[in-house]
Amino acid sequence: MACYETAPPDQRAMSGTVAEPVLAVEGLSHSFGNRTVLDDVSFGIPAGRFAVLLGLNGAGKTTLFSLITRIYNTRRGSIRVFGFDMRRQPTQALARIGVVFQQPTLDPDLTVLQNLRYHGGLHGLAPAVIEQRAAEELTRIGLLERGDERVRTLSGGQRRRVEIARALLHQPSLLLLDEPTVGLDIELRRQVLDHVHDLCRERGLAVLWATHLIDEARDGDGVVVLHRGRVLAEGLVDEVCAAAGAPALGPAFARLTERATQKGTGQ
Amino acid sequence: MTASLYWRCLRAVIIREGLRFVHQRERFFAALVRPLVWLAIFAVGFRAVLGLSIIPPYETYILYEDYVTPGLVGMIQLFNGMQSSLSMVYDREMGSMKTLLVSPLPRWYLLVCKLLAGVLVSIAQAYVFFAIAWFWEVQPPPLGYLAVLPALVLSGLMLGALGLLLSSFIRQLENFAGVMNFVIFPMFFASSALYPLWRIREGSPTLAWIAGINPFTQAVELIRFALYLQFNATAFLAVAACLVLFLGGAILAYDPGRGFWARRGGPAEQG
Repeated sequence: MACYETAPPDQRAMSGTVAEPVLAVEGLSHSFGNRTVLDDVSFGIPAGRFAVLLGLNGAGKTTLFSLITRIYNTRRGSIRVFGFDMRRQPTQALARIGVVFQQPTLDPDLTVLQNLRYHGGLHGLAPAVIEQRAAEELTRIGLLERGDERVRTLSGGQRRRVEIARALLHQPSLLLLDEPTVGLDIELRRQVLDHVHDLCRERGLAVLWATHLIDEARDGDGVVVLHRGRVLAEGLVDEVCAAAGAPALGPAFARLTERATQKGTGQ
Repeated sequence: MTASLYWRCLRAVIIREGLRFVHQRERFFAALVRPLVWLAIFAVGFRAVLGLSIIPPYETYILYEDYVTPGLVGMIQLFNGMQSSLSMVYDREMGSMKTLLVSPLPRWYLLVCKLLAGVLVSIAQAYVFFAIAWFWEVQPPPLGYLAVLPALVLSGLMLGALGLLLSSFIRQLENFAGVMNFVIFPMFFASSALYPLWRIREGSPTLAWIAGINPFTQAVELIRFALYLQFNATAFLAVAACLVLFLGGAILAYDPGRGFWARRGGPAEQG
């Protein structure tokens, strides 16, 4: 097995003849039994793009995340991360992904640092590297002095930020967040959104942010509208609005989903 | 380089499981008290009821406490295996297992890491119990404590792998009581942990036969013989074969391409 800590992904992308999007999903379909959850889903996210995966509950967002993170395998279609196919080269692909899941996944009985060390170890990082990066990430979110406290003592917003810090520990090029603002108040939501936008800008991270809250998409963000397992629109926020003939994303989303529903019932 | 990635992953899982075990004081306490209750109360009462003849690996008449100690060490490992099964189901329901599964290392290896970490915890408990039992005058040959280590590793792996396999069948935490009733109790009571097989045979040949093919009996006999510096080849082969079977099953069940993940879409799937 090739070591996956070698060439920085950025260089790989630049040295290639065609700049591959950080995340490329093509013709992805998935079903559980007879129930089709994803139907021919295709989209891509370039480096430095904050893309909002917008969909109502039940649109297929969590299934899409599970497939991108290989909780289970893709059966039809393909997912590539920096050109690495998730089915054939999962090790290389997963090493480049950082994930923040919808449910809290920090161990509340362990300290912040113990949680980070666990994650770093799972990614095969050397202990010295883990300590250094953990200190950097915790400093960035203003929680360095709380590293030795149990996660249980942190507030909801602080825990979320620790989860984001943890997802960045192995320096991924793609950050996936599944409804990361669930349970946070308006101010904390804004802070977390700002934080991830900053990361995106400063580090050139590609971000896929799943949500059902339309106001979490800002001007200049990318957006992928997912409805009942299908992609209805993809592009920058203003492009999607223009294509739908709507003044803002809210009305555009309403119009797109309405059309799709009519089509669905018409058939 | 690659080997060090694997080692760091294993180390991280072991440290985490160790910390979790130490932090859950009730679990630590319960794990220690359970066999002691059997040794201090049950064994004393039962000694008078059950006469033991000289059977291998023992070379002389022994007290019932001596007989039951390997069985209780087996029980520690059985409970530990089921405990890790329980925590796998819990982690899956709560979503924290995803942290483990998105590691770039192969999933079979992640399962093996979990398994090894659980075995280490069970071995630590077993030795604490041996130490207390020594003061209870259960004193096998000193070298036995060393000889029993490989036996404990193998039996711990087998019972832990059984727990992993079971965890893939259990959908919800509530169903764990069923595991208690249908796995732990039958395995423990229909085994040579509390009474020798020839004694069971006097009561019921069928039950003796069932106890004979019970993997837990084989694990207990492996431990018992090793503790008295003997090698029980039958038990060794039986335990090793069960390990391969259970671990293979667990790896298949947790494989991202088949097994329950793909069938029903993992934990708390909402869309």
